[in-house]
Amino acid sequence: MSTDTIIDKSMTENGILYPSKVMLDLSKLKKVYPTPKGDYVVLEDLDLQIMKEEFVTIIGHSGCGKTTMLSMIAGLNPISGGNIAVLGNPVKGPGPDRGVIFQSPSLMPWMTALQNVMLGVNQVFSHATKKQRNDIAKYYLQKVGLEGAFDKKASELSQGMQQRVGIARAFAIKPKVLLLDEPFGMLDSLTRGELQDILIEIWNKEKITAVMITHDVDEAIFLADRVIMMTSGPRAKIGDILDINFERPRTRKSVLEHDDYYTYRKHLIDFLEH
Amino acid sequence: MEQDITLKKEGQGLAFLKPMLVKLTSKFQQGDLISWLKKSGITILSIALFLGLWHLGSKALYNKEANYKIEKALTEQGQEAADAERACIASGDSSCQPNTLPAPSQVWASLQSLIADHKVITADKAAFAQKMEATNEKLIAQGKDAIVYTGRASFIDIVLTSIKTVFAGFLLALLIAVPIGIIIGLSPSLRSAFNWFIQIFKPVSPVVWYLLVFMIVKTLYIGDSSDNAFVISFISVGLCAMWATLVNTAMGVSSVDKDYINVAKVLKLGTFQKVFKVILPSSLPLIFTGLRITLSVAWMVLIAIELLAQSQGLGLFVWEEFQNGANDSNSKIIVAMFVIGIIGFLLDRLMLMVQNMVSFNKNEGV
Repeated sequence: MSTDTIIDKSMTENGILYPSKVMLDLSKLKKVYPTPKGDYVVLEDLDLQIMKEEFVTIIGHSGCGKTTMLSMIAGLNPISGGNIAVLGNPVKGPGPDRGVIFQSPSLMPWMTALQNVMLGVNQVFSHATKKQRNDIAKYYLQKVGLEGAFDKKASELSQGMQQRVGIARAFAIKPKVLLLDEPFGMLDSLTRGELQDILIEIWNKEKITAVMITHDVDEAIFLADRVIMMTSGPRAKIGDILDINFERPRTRKSVLEHDDYYTYRKHLIDFLEH
Repeated sequence: MEQDITLKKEGQGLAFLKPMLVKLTSKFQQGDLISWLKKSGITILSIALFLGLWHLGSKALYNKEANYKIEKALTEQGQEAADAERACIASGDSSCQPNTLPAPSQVWASLQSLIADHKVITADKAAFAQKMEATNEKLIAQGKDAIVYTGRASFIDIVLTSIKTVFAGFLLALLIAVPIGIIIGLSPSLRSAFNWFIQIFKPVSPVVWYLLVFMIVKTLYIGDSSDNAFVISFISVGLCAMWATLVNTAMGVSSVDKDYINVAKVLKLGTFQKVFKVILPSSLPLIFTGLRITLSVAWMVLIAIELLAQSQGLGLFVWEEFQNGANDSNSKIIVAMFVIGIIGFLLDRLMLMVQNMVSFNKNEGV
């Protein structure tokens, strides 16, 4: 694939990008881990632009550096070279403009579901009244279907419920970019489906630019506007990009019955197997 | 069914007990009675076995010492003296009894005599207070100190003094070790800076701690006639026992789950929020494990320190009884040993309860 696919054609005019449409811009991104045997280059010359209101999924073999890339965007992992910019501003460390949903729910087990969401809300909406902040937190907990569990301790919730709180926590701080690091990887397939539906439902309302790592080909197609395929490391980069042209809002049924579904699926699996 | 009938007989007043009783009986009916009996049966059996072995052991020791005494009388003073000695030992006369490990029955008797002694002393105290009431009122009116009872302390008073010492020491350990542990846990450079300090002072013996505290407190109390034994002993106990809490707190704080730290970073929590909402709650289980160890160490070193500090607690009691060498001294020492053990066990359970209350991971710790 040429660079034409990396930059969505619909968003270019004479090959020049409208900068205002780009939410997240990775250029010449590089990550090196020093080892006793010399430097280990995880990522090199990685270029990627993600548009506003776009949902992108990233797929690739384990250990190819997907998570490294995501944690660099989150600012939790320093970059070795190149640039990451959000709306043109270079990323310097973590911040609530980039919400993260981690692989493990990472809730504070000693807090209730509501307190966990409030932890972020209090921080981001510090100027709002207590009631307003409470309402925000409760609104998102309702959205993920936890209206009855506000005051349950996080440690008492099931893994799936905990990840719902994780979703509510990430959306409630109204980030510019949402980063999801295999958020459903530890769940059984039934729960995973439920949570995908919840995620896409909230996302349809909020349209927060999202970057999600996944191992699951079907999940990648169902959620994404574009699927980014990464080559295997070391020196991983973007191997291929697949545009998913399903209409939104989508339902699982309509996606599965779509004529292109199996073409997309085959494309992804072919990439992963070679 | 039987349960219903008996309840009816007992009338309406106890009706509220019914669900509880039904639950209890239904529980037992499901074979729980047998397993409960089995469980407590094993405990009772092990106690009986322990007492039996103890009894046999003390009897063997008694016989060994008695035979030695008779033998000695025989070789030194002849047959007549040996017979007299044998008769004396058999008569139970306290002047010639072998002084060895007391049997369980003797310890039990000593416990009762200690309790009786406590009652006598309490009565003494009350009588003294009554007698002195008028005089003391006058003294206080004149701005002088009242006359207080200065007689012998009873066993219960001694135990209370020890509990007070341990609690004061424990509190001191908590106040020193937890804040320092948090600070050095938060900063890797402080941690390595403090490491030598901890490694060097942790293994220091209680006796040396006592001497160190004594050097300092003695000077601070120069010219002060008040009794500083209690102060010295509780500070020494605290310093001996605080290390487990210090190390555990530092470890708990420095090893907080990376995910929690990442969440705090993404949300850009301030230092205060990060420490009090994320780091401390997640290290509470380890801190409490440290506090439990601290409490049990405090009990362990208490005896040695009270003995040295001449503080009116169990340590001094044990030592004085040993020096005393009276007929029931040994069994009083064993009583003190059991009292220390049982109180230590109860305190540990108490700490476990508090630990389970504050920590988020249930079923942790045994």
